Amino acid sequence: MAVNTLTIDGKDIAVEAGTSILDAATEAGVPIPKLCHLEGVTPVGACRLCLVDIEGTNKMLPACVTEVWEGMVIHTQTPKLQEYRRMTVELIFAEGNHVCSICVANGNCELQDVAIEVGMDHSRFPYRFPDRGVDLSHPMFGIDHNRCILCTRCVRVCDEVEGAHVWDVGNRGEACYIVSGLDQPWGEVDACTSCGKCVDACPTGAIFKQGSTTGEKQADTEKLEFLSTAREKHQWTR
Amino acid sequence: MDLQELKAVAKAEQERQKPVRVHCCTSTGCRAADAVGIYGNLKQAVTDHHLEDRVEVVGVGCMGFCGRGPLVQVDPDELLYEEVTPDQAASIIEAMDGGTAQPIQGDVNHPFFARQMRVVREYSGKIDPERIEEYIAVGGYESLHKAIYEMTPAEVVDQISKSGLRGRGGGGYPTGLKWATVAKMPEGQKYIICNGDEGDPGAFMDRSILESDPHLVLEGMAIAGYAVGANHGYIYVRAEYPLAIERLQKGIQQAKKYGLLGSQIFDSAFDFKIDIRIGAGAFVCGEETALIQSIEGGRGNPVPRPPYPAQKGLYDCPTLINNVETLATITAIIRNGADWYSSIGTENSKGTKIFALTGKIRNNGLVEVPMGITLREIVEEMGGGVPDGEVKAVQTGGPSGGCIPKSMLDTPVDYDSLRAAGSMMGSGGMVVMDDTTSMVGIAQFYMEFCREETCGKCVPCRTGTVQLYTMLTKILKRQATKDDLAKMEALCEMVRDTSLCGLGQTAPNPVLSTLKYFREEYEELLIEPEYLSDLNGKEAPQEVTV
Repeated sequence: MAVNTLTIDGKDIAVEAGTSILDAATEAGVPIPKLCHLEGVTPVGACRLCLVDIEGTNKMLPACVTEVWEGMVIHTQTPKLQEYRRMTVELIFAEGNHVCSICVANGNCELQDVAIEVGMDHSRFPYRFPDRGVDLSHPMFGIDHNRCILCTRCVRVCDEVEGAHVWDVGNRGEACYIVSGLDQPWGEVDACTSCGKCVDACPTGAIFKQGSTTGEKQADTEKLEFLSTAREKHQWTR
Repeated sequence: MDLQELKAVAKAEQERQKPVRVHCCTSTGCRAADAVGIYGNLKQAVTDHHLEDRVEVVGVGCMGFCGRGPLVQVDPDELLYEEVTPDQAASIIEAMDGGTAQPIQGDVNHPFFARQMRVVREYSGKIDPERIEEYIAVGGYESLHKAIYEMTPAEVVDQISKSGLRGRGGGGYPTGLKWATVAKMPEGQKYIICNGDEGDPGAFMDRSILESDPHLVLEGMAIAGYAVGANHGYIYVRAEYPLAIERLQKGIQQAKKYGLLGSQIFDSAFDFKIDIRIGAGAFVCGEETALIQSIEGGRGNPVPRPPYPAQKGLYDCPTLINNVETLATITAIIRNGADWYSSIGTENSKGTKIFALTGKIRNNGLVEVPMGITLREIVEEMGGGVPDGEVKAVQTGGPSGGCIPKSMLDTPVDYDSLRAAGSMMGSGGMVVMDDTTSMVGIAQFYMEFCREETCGKCVPCRTGTVQLYTMLTKILKRQATKDDLAKMEALCEMVRDTSLCGLGQTAPNPVLSTLKYFREEYEELLIEPEYLSDLNGKEAPQEVTV
């Protein structure tokens, strides 16, 4: 096993070669904000919150998809990164219709947590108030596109862990939205096994269990990591 | 097929060709003005005047002077006729029989033509793109034979490296280095991809190459396949180029029939097949990782690099992906050698580059010029300048590039100088603007383009471009203050630094470059914060229309 030594925010750490910066940082106890990343599914580097500065490179690189190399010196909290992260969160809030006070995930929302983490208390960009729909055709779950941040965790978890591939992304750019099946109502998608993994994967209140009200959603994201690593770790219960 | 047979095909074709060839452009631009009708009438007139023995009418590709199309050129006399109509067509043939030609006669010695240096476009507009024999008659597929029989793959890569050729898609990455990386990957399945997803507003160089000389690209791809050890190539062409697709299909079929593509090319152990993949209308699919996703049948979303396609590309195999113009340059380099190619151009930018000269300019069309020529020479001498008024700026590099002001027209056209000027080479779009153009409006136009074309995967590009567009619109509506401008600049930098792929990283360029050189235009549109309270905007002067 090859080992790389590196420095993250002044902390020296040795990790297995091939580890992502994000995993190395977690090991070193350095928190890096993230939204699209989910343990157990392929990283995509889409939310850009985990960008870090690496000495000797002129580009900021996403920690979730960049592998460590020997002697790397990483800074995760430069003033510029902090400012960019705040702007990113502002852009996300301005893009959808995020009303915490009436959201099922209020208090248990990763978007909310990240906003607090990066110190975003208001958006400097105008809210766009898009016209988005809610799909409650599934007997157990619902999806409220107003709260969707297009992290594609549901898409990946359904495809990679459950193997059903109910979800995908439709359209382009600002018109992007999460589609179920062949852009059908969720309830009509035969492939859906009603396993609920997308509910657990969703960082916000966009996908939820029907019948839950404000602040009642508790996403069990660790379950997904447990499921995907159970076989290699020989841990069958938790 | 061996070299003897290839030469025999060339000889037979040369003998078949009539002494007088009437070249009628049948490419997309001229086709829009009924070039097909003109072609038919020319043919009819040849029959009517019983000139079949010495005159033939040839439907050819683009001659370049698209602004004056449809074009007809009679060779070898080099009589160029511009803006020909179907009614006038017959008179061109009558002129050979004692009559007078009605259409406007063009000047082939005009700087627009004379200042060009044609390497890639050497036979564009001179051969029938739908007949492989015409391509073979001008030396076609000899470079492929030379590569296979006289050079090792490593020597081919070496020649490309030495030539100094850089990617013509815009980035300017050294082509030889890219080839060497793919060649060095372990043996096994490898792919060549030709990126024909040209999408910059105002750019049509690649379409013209594919329509005018498709075999040049096919041969280039086969040489690339031989050099890097790939046996399968894909050409990714956008669906908006139906004629290019049709001609490529014909080209591939004809080349296969002659044994110039497919199995055991020139009876050697080298196999190479080419398939066409048609884009579904997304600009972002010109980004290499998104293009690969699209070929695989997925959603055209870029993925983070590394791993680069050269290591892990199409179907996770090492993949060489080059632009149309880059691949079209290969045969010339193999034929004439790297030293010849590197003698053209500047220190760090070798060879020639095709530009699509459009906008407020007298002579619209395609020009192929040696690197290092100044913008002024292209715009003022070749392009003939602005019809009424003055040049204000030249936009290069499409939505990823920037505007270069009049004061910097003496900037030499090469990768590094254009980048230093805050723009970029890009794929070759060159839009000339005159003094009536609002630079803020231009920035807004390009931002609208990026806003519509962003794939939506990463946050800064998906929502940042929308916010930037909103801010530019606000400035144009005279509702923005100094603070808004500062906020916009900050957002530009953020989108540039944090976006996932080249589309987002370069999307703010048109704004940043116009801010750099035309800041006063932005500032003139700003209002004092106290006017903001007046929601009817009575105090604020009128909205600027673009």
